[in-house]
Amino acid sequence: MIKKTIMFIAVLAIGLCVLYSVPLAAPKELAKGDALPTMKLPVPQTAAAKSYLGLTAGESFTVSQIKAQVVIIEIFNMYCNYCQREAPLVNELYRLINKDQKLKEKIKMIGIGAGNTTLEVDIFKKNYQVLFPLFPDEDYVIHEAVGEVKTPFFICAKKNPDGSLKVFQTTLGSFRDAAQYLKQVVTLSGL
Amino acid sequence: MKQRKRIYYVFVMVTLIVTCLMVSAYGRAGTLKENVYQVGQLKPIDSVPKLKVGDKAPDFALPAVSGGKVSLSLYREKKNVVISFVPAAWTPVCSEQWPGYNIAKSIFDEYDAQLIGITVDNIPTLFAWTNQMGKIWFPALSDFWPHGAVADKYGVLRSDGVSERALFVIDKKGIIRYIDIHDINKRPPLDELVKELKKLR
Repeated sequence: MIKKTIMFIAVLAIGLCVLYSVPLAAPKELAKGDALPTMKLPVPQTAAAKSYLGLTAGESFTVSQIKAQVVIIEIFNMYCNYCQREAPLVNELYRLINKDQKLKEKIKMIGIGAGNTTLEVDIFKKNYQVLFPLFPDEDYVIHEAVGEVKTPFFICAKKNPDGSLKVFQTTLGSFRDAAQYLKQVVTLSGL
Repeated sequence: MKQRKRIYYVFVMVTLIVTCLMVSAYGRAGTLKENVYQVGQLKPIDSVPKLKVGDKAPDFALPAVSGGKVSLSLYREKKNVVISFVPAAWTPVCSEQWPGYNIAKSIFDEYDAQLIGITVDNIPTLFAWTNQMGKIWFPALSDFWPHGAVADKYGVLRSDGVSERALFVIDKKGIIRYIDIHDINKRPPLDELVKELKKLR
């Protein structure tokens, strides 16, 4: 009788373990060494943004089509207080990259507004005078692909010889110092 | 035989402890940073509507975080008004919604609209909460005492004493032109509100 009860509890416990491990396994945050998931984005409207990314006409593009060796992707949310506070620092990073004649052709930046509409992304862009292209991810498709990360989240990926991208660094929250961060990106990517 | 029983006991206990640890670890992983309190999934709407589009918006005068009182009639004939009721300070969706509006002033200006934020929190709580959003450009009003009286007048007081996540668009004549009593768990997209503000032109 005791044996049966113990067996029952054991089976129940194992069952619970399996049950709870399902949501545990679900959102896996994108990390160093991962291949960058395919991100399909609309080709920007402005000529400046198109030329910055090295894109020609077309409806949509993927990150691997961006003319660069390294791409820094910021996952943000227009409504997120942390992303708002980080915006001036992210702008500074952009300026530092573009001040450097060698780096400006090699490193490109984009931002993806998780759960944001085009209008919401535009408000963010206008308010913080963001100079690099921002894209809406209204249905959280990209946000899910990168593991439902909290924001802001920075992904640094390097292009492989075959054109695919490999993540070499991710940062959750503020990167605190733009110059230091850029140095880190250059070192880790081997640019 | 006794030893086998003991092994069974140890096995069961270890399994149970591991299960508990896994559950708590998952819960922690979902929490946000700093002071935002996780409320979990709530009943989407928990009040009975009292107002409809076309009704005159009930007037009120509530204390503002910035000092003094703000009344709806202050804006009559001068500005369109958007009232944003949010359930409570320091909760997940609300802690995003107002910071979003805070960088969208130009949109409200474009449609000659004044945003008013209302919660049932008291002034010190509202002060601390809005302070960490940076400087907010719109009045944040406290519907704390008599508790939730304005929320109740607008038919958005929930059974647990917090308000719904609701938006009211009121024109310069004081007439309600749009009501969105939103699912409390979700953030209303700004696009809908802009669409409604456009209609006031």
